[in-house]
Amino acid sequence: MNEPLLQADGLVRHYQIRRGSRLFSQAAILRAVDGVSFALQPGRTLGLVGESGCGKTTTARLVLGLLPLTAGEIRLQGETLPQAGSARWRDLRRVMQMVYQDPLAALDRRIAVGRQVMEPLTIHAIGTPAERRDKAQAILQSVGLQGHHFDRYPHELSGGQRQRIVLARALILSPRLLVCDEPISALDVSIQAQVVNLLLDLQAQMGLAYLFISHDLRMVRQVSHEVAVMYLGRIVERGDPDRLFAAPSHPYTRALVSAIPVAHRSARQRLVLKGDPPNPVDVPTGCAFHERCPIAVARCRAETPVLRPVADGRHVACHLAA
Amino acid sequence: MTATAASTPIQRSRGARFFEAWPPLTLAALAWIALMLVVAFGADWLAPYHFSALDLRARLLPPVGFGGTWRHALGTDELGRDVLSRLIVSIRISLLIAFFGTLIAATLGTALGFAAAHFRRKVEWLILMLIDFHASVPFLIVALAVLAFFGNSLVLFVCLMGLNSWERYARIARGLTIAANEQGYASAIRQLGASSWRVYGIHVLPNIASTLIVSMTITFPETILLESGLSFLGLGVQPPLSSLGNMVGYGREYLTRASWILLFPSAVIILTTLSISIIGDWLRDRLDPTLR
Amino acid sequence: MMRYLAGRLLRALLTIFLVVTFAFFVLRLSGDPALLIMSVDAPPESIEAFRKSWGLDQPVWMQYLAYIGHALTGDLGNSMRDGRPAIQLVLERVPATLVITVPAFFLKIAIGVPAGIYAALHRNSFADRMTMLLSVAGFTMPSFVLALLLVLVFSVQLGWLPSSGSEGMTNAILPIVTLGAAGAAILARFTRSAMLEVLGQPYIRAASAKGLSWRRVVTEHALPNAAIPTTTIIGFMVGTLIAGAVVVESVFAWPGIGRLLVVSVANRDLAVVQTILLLVAATMVTANIIVDFLYGWIDPRMRTAPR
Repeated sequence: MNEPLLQADGLVRHYQIRRGSRLFSQAAILRAVDGVSFALQPGRTLGLVGESGCGKTTTARLVLGLLPLTAGEIRLQGETLPQAGSARWRDLRRVMQMVYQDPLAALDRRIAVGRQVMEPLTIHAIGTPAERRDKAQAILQSVGLQGHHFDRYPHELSGGQRQRIVLARALILSPRLLVCDEPISALDVSIQAQVVNLLLDLQAQMGLAYLFISHDLRMVRQVSHEVAVMYLGRIVERGDPDRLFAAPSHPYTRALVSAIPVAHRSARQRLVLKGDPPNPVDVPTGCAFHERCPIAVARCRAETPVLRPVADGRHVACHLAA
Repeated sequence: MTATAASTPIQRSRGARFFEAWPPLTLAALAWIALMLVVAFGADWLAPYHFSALDLRARLLPPVGFGGTWRHALGTDELGRDVLSRLIVSIRISLLIAFFGTLIAATLGTALGFAAAHFRRKVEWLILMLIDFHASVPFLIVALAVLAFFGNSLVLFVCLMGLNSWERYARIARGLTIAANEQGYASAIRQLGASSWRVYGIHVLPNIASTLIVSMTITFPETILLESGLSFLGLGVQPPLSSLGNMVGYGREYLTRASWILLFPSAVIILTTLSISIIGDWLRDRLDPTLR
Repeated sequence: MMRYLAGRLLRALLTIFLVVTFAFFVLRLSGDPALLIMSVDAPPESIEAFRKSWGLDQPVWMQYLAYIGHALTGDLGNSMRDGRPAIQLVLERVPATLVITVPAFFLKIAIGVPAGIYAALHRNSFADRMTMLLSVAGFTMPSFVLALLLVLVFSVQLGWLPSSGSEGMTNAILPIVTLGAAGAAILARFTRSAMLEVLGQPYIRAASAKGLSWRRVVTEHALPNAAIPTTTIIGFMVGTLIAGAVVVESVFAWPGIGRLLVVSVANRDLAVVQTILLLVAATMVTANIIVDFLYGWIDPRMRTAPR
């Protein structure tokens, strides 16, 4: 129980790009992920939030081994993540799976969904064909679908149903960790709640751990045991969701939280950030946020803050928060 | 079910609905191709004479309707050979060459395209170079050179036809595979732990098959045109074998006196390539997934 | 940018080099040129003398190195039939080919592009269907068939135009028309599909919704965007200016490069064939590079895309 299921240390992912016109382009570095560390215990959910381009999806793909690390280390069940495509990596697919933002793109449109749910069993040569079919049917039931859905094609199902299929396919191998990359963003609001409830039920039943990535703060608050806020490839604040949203420490988190729509805007003031939206090619020196921060001081430009524990068990990366 | 027969103005006649699914032009094209296939398979039984049977007393007879008789329905050539029989045999040879050439091109090209998309880096660079190389000299010229110097075995010729078109398939296979790999079902399946063979064979290939098939309807006519061009120049199918192209080539001298010798094979070439193009267009519309 | 250009040049040179090497070995490996050129019953000594004088008695790889060495100094060998330097023979014929391919090129563009645009703008109309049918007929018809048909109609039946030879300007008309027609058909089809794709984009609807007249939408938004892929095709057609007329020149006995190629190939005249291949490869590769460059320049998306 003390060995985390997933341990990420100092994950870095940089891209070499060329900027400018064709004639005079310069080399530049795109810092998609710039030093991210976290630990995930079995059966718990870590929510990763931030705006588009902050590096959440890249982090997910690094964790799964789909992208090579520029620096840092990932350990799954205490073992360093093997190289993508190797036999050991393929074996570990039974432990760690992914749920995607666009379920239609994640499914093969020519094959019936039931067979796609069965496919992981075929790939890993588990059971006889009849047993696989039965297991697939059982999993379909547990995600809230019915037997007759087995023979449908992806385009014949609704968005919510498709996402359940993707879930079923991910769960059929009984993994211990699910990386969910914006799993509900593409769904109708009413369906979102259903899928989120399903995720919570499955977690209770199967003891799954989730790395839940989203830009929807309210949903993340409901599902997560711990939340990490990312900005320009770094985690700026991390801690218990309720406390983090009730009293955010980091100025960026404060701005994010203030932007959540509420029915009666009496108590909270909307904090509008000044300056340009973040550009991972042009990461400012020192604290990545200092150019837009309402309370920045000279030190913020000079020195990069690290994640430090503050009063109520949270970690904040800000010179002015402690 | 709708109500009385008198009150159904919105229901189109069955004929109209039939023609909407099967446009008349496409039907005609399919019919022509079916005819060509029948001729190709049944050449031995259908040809009234042996294709190289000489009859010097019946030279340059015009076709029926222009002064000829039913004995030689499409006339005879300068050596008294029956044009209809030669046409039938030529159809078989030209279609065979085009068919196997297309098959070779599709197999080779798709395999290379997959390889390029899968391995990337050096392998892809090499294959792209080959594609560049292929695109930098019109194949007709390369084929000319190779054929003249290597002689004319039919096998070599068919392989050459295959080499003509492989790069289209390679580019398509590579492009679609890269797209599937970046985001979407291919990477999802790989994420499940599938081996690359499984990903390509069971998932990617069926999904790109429709595009590849449409490409076949483009390269098949190209191959026919290439073969007939080379045969016309005297460098393709050699006598005593007869192909559509070399019939036109031999008939050229008699353009003024006996134009039927080259008009019939020319018509067959045009109609066949036209039909396949029409079918290809129709297939592309049909197989377009956004219409499904 | 410079890096990219240098890379492309390198690839281009490599391609040309490969073409030449390929041609060299393929042609040599196919049999003894001496036996092929001299008649079968020539005395062995003269065959041997022939071989020696052309360096054919050396091992193949030595011949290759000698060829490359000479080529780099501009000497591409002499014609075995003629004795004159191959490059001279080839360059002599270039103008004749250009006389028919260049007007044909402009003809293709002048007919093909407007036809394609018109067809796209009036989709599914009668004019559209006719244009498409004609264009499909245009590129499914082999060039030699079209050439012969034109000869049949205009030379034989009507007697308006000469059917072969190259004495006067009227001789050039039929070859130009033949070449132009096939290219126009391809271009019309391509332009039409490029226009249709652009017209289906949301920004066209947005422009129209802004209140712009349809004419302005087309000229300011649709055409420039459709021009991008169309230009690439036209660029490739430039590359075929030298090589595209092989069959047509043969039909009309037009004394250009294509005809020289066919004759040299029939005569096994190695140096000439190699030189023509080199010239053709160089032209096409240059055209490709220019197209690449042009594409990168006129398509603004390419300018700022990260690699």
